[in-house]
Amino acid sequence: MNNIGVLMTCPMSEYLENQLENRFSLFKLWNHSSPKPDFLKTHSSSIKAVVGNTKIGADANMIDSLPNMEIVASYSVGLDKIDLGKCKEKGIKVTNTPDVLTDDVADLGIGLALAVLRKMCVCDRFVRSGNWINGDFGLASKFSGKSVGIVGLGRIGSAIAKRAEAFNCSISYHSRSKKPNTNYKYYSNIVDLAADCQILFVACALTEETHHIVNRKVIDALGPKGILINIGRGAHVDEPELVSALLEGRLGGAGLDVYENEPNVPEQLFSLENIVLVPHVGSDTEETSKAMADLVISNLEAHFKGMPLLTPVL
Amino acid sequence: MNNIGVLMTCPMSEYLENQLENRFSLFKLWNHSSPKPDFLKTHSSSIKAVVGNTKIGADANMIDSLPNMEIVASYSVGLDKIDLGKCKEKGIKVTNTPDVLTDDVADLGIGLALAVLRKMCVCDRFVRSGNWINGDFGLASKFSGKSVGIVGLGRIGSAIAKRAEAFNCSISYHSRSKKPNTNYKYYSNIVDLAADCQILFVACALTEETHHIVNRKVIDALGPKGILINIGRGAHVDEPELVSALLEGRLGGAGLDVYENEPNVPEQLFSLENIVLVPHVGSDTEETSKAMADLVISNLEAHFKGNLGLKRVYIWNVV
Repeated sequence: MNNIGVLMTCPMSEYLENQLENRFSLFKLWNHSSPKPDFLKTHSSSIKAVVGNTKIGADANMIDSLPNMEIVASYSVGLDKIDLGKCKEKGIKVTNTPDVLTDDVADLGIGLALAVLRKMCVCDRFVRSGNWINGDFGLASKFSGKSVGIVGLGRIGSAIAKRAEAFNCSISYHSRSKKPNTNYKYYSNIVDLAADCQILFVACALTEETHHIVNRKVIDALGPKGILINIGRGAHVDEPELVSALLEGRLGGAGLDVYENEPNVPEQLFSLENIVLVPHVGSDTEETSKAMADLVISNLEAHFKGMPLLTPVL
Repeated sequence: MNNIGVLMTCPMSEYLENQLENRFSLFKLWNHSSPKPDFLKTHSSSIKAVVGNTKIGADANMIDSLPNMEIVASYSVGLDKIDLGKCKEKGIKVTNTPDVLTDDVADLGIGLALAVLRKMCVCDRFVRSGNWINGDFGLASKFSGKSVGIVGLGRIGSAIAKRAEAFNCSISYHSRSKKPNTNYKYYSNIVDLAADCQILFVACALTEETHHIVNRKVIDALGPKGILINIGRGAHVDEPELVSALLEGRLGGAGLDVYENEPNVPEQLFSLENIVLVPHVGSDTEETSKAMADLVISNLEAHFKGNLGLKRVYIWNVV
């Protein structure tokens, strides 16, 4: 398969790059984007697969530039950077990496909630500053037993719920429709969910409907003692509203893995102690990045051997 | 009961101070320790109760100085700062604050493990430094599914196990004896436990037997990919050995809430990124500190009113 062209859209995993180079004719978009912006036109006919991620996927322009494209194998579970409509129209297959990253993302969500409520990073800074000899740290807020609300009860949302239950948290959720086979309390209205819970986790897919699903009303409903944990997409949250709510004390705290304009993060947040900020590392562990890469490779190999895809979206 | 003298050993909770002041004649040891070190002798005959904590409890000297002492009500679950033998000898009752703080301490243990493995505090510093625009952070280590070892399967150890199971962790433990009614794997030897697990939680009581229970052998068995989480007492761990293991990379990482000489923490640790350091905050939440204070008050009131139902430590059977 060494003559099959595969386009990787940006650096995402050295291991994956190596694996792709061993098997295919690999083109790295970031090596070619200047000074020749028409790289795609030069090599386009040989490229049959695109490997994208949460930064650069496969938009309409790219799809139009690659006439022989057969498959997009995304190194992510999220599909918001892929023009699914166009793929469907052109019969281009799409695969992603569900399941293998579910645990990591849920772990990070719970970790962020614990870190925010128990002020763990503030504590760590306090100890390293040497200030403990001048007096005790003070009191934080208990995590166990708090009411948890989850937006999106898919794989990741369910994994968050399972973990939170072990901390004696009550679980409620909002999604497009009520899920069968669950005892968690369903809220058809996200504002009501936010009003009734103390910690709100964003764990749904990013679509046109869920853009800014966490808006001013939801933030106000969560309130000055409420905590927002976003392990979804930055665009799920109206970021300027979130920032002003935090600065004005109208929201109790936040744990954020995603932002509207990554890698840029609003600087006004940097001095706040009631938040924890991490740089879109939801699935960034050694174990999971390898598992994701292996799944991308397996999907590509299956496709080019005419076998069933492992994790098809389209 | 306003004429009953109660001695508080050090600042621990303003709420508790207020509650004690409303009910008793409260003496605050830290207001009197100098220039009159014999404060205790002056007021000693009126003091019938001592409220201590993990910093200053009731040692032999104090007990000897307070001839009318009837009860020690500790604002803690740990009893290592109380001379239990002397209390038993003199018929002094001892109460502590079990259960109300179990969840908080277990939460912190799991939080520390997540923070160490996922490098959360390092990530937070990275974002706040503005460095993300220069490149991605890199990879951390997965928590879910790792093998967990727990030293001490009491209330707190069991609460840690329950939480870790929800992350698909396998659970093993070491304690003085095998616990009935549990499916977790028992190790009579802590070195073997450390060799077989990836994350080791210290959650037992501090006694003469458990002093430095985590020593060089245990640390070596845990190894360069192993993580130590100490939410017990600093004295459970041979701290110099821990520090050199971390500096030399012989131990993968650590999450520490307690240290041998609080509030002093070995400065060589401050530059390490594979550790998370917190200042003995295991039960320091608004909710739990109030619940602990209420329990101290309830025990004191029960004692002085002669009621039953104290959350008592049966000192001839130390739990």
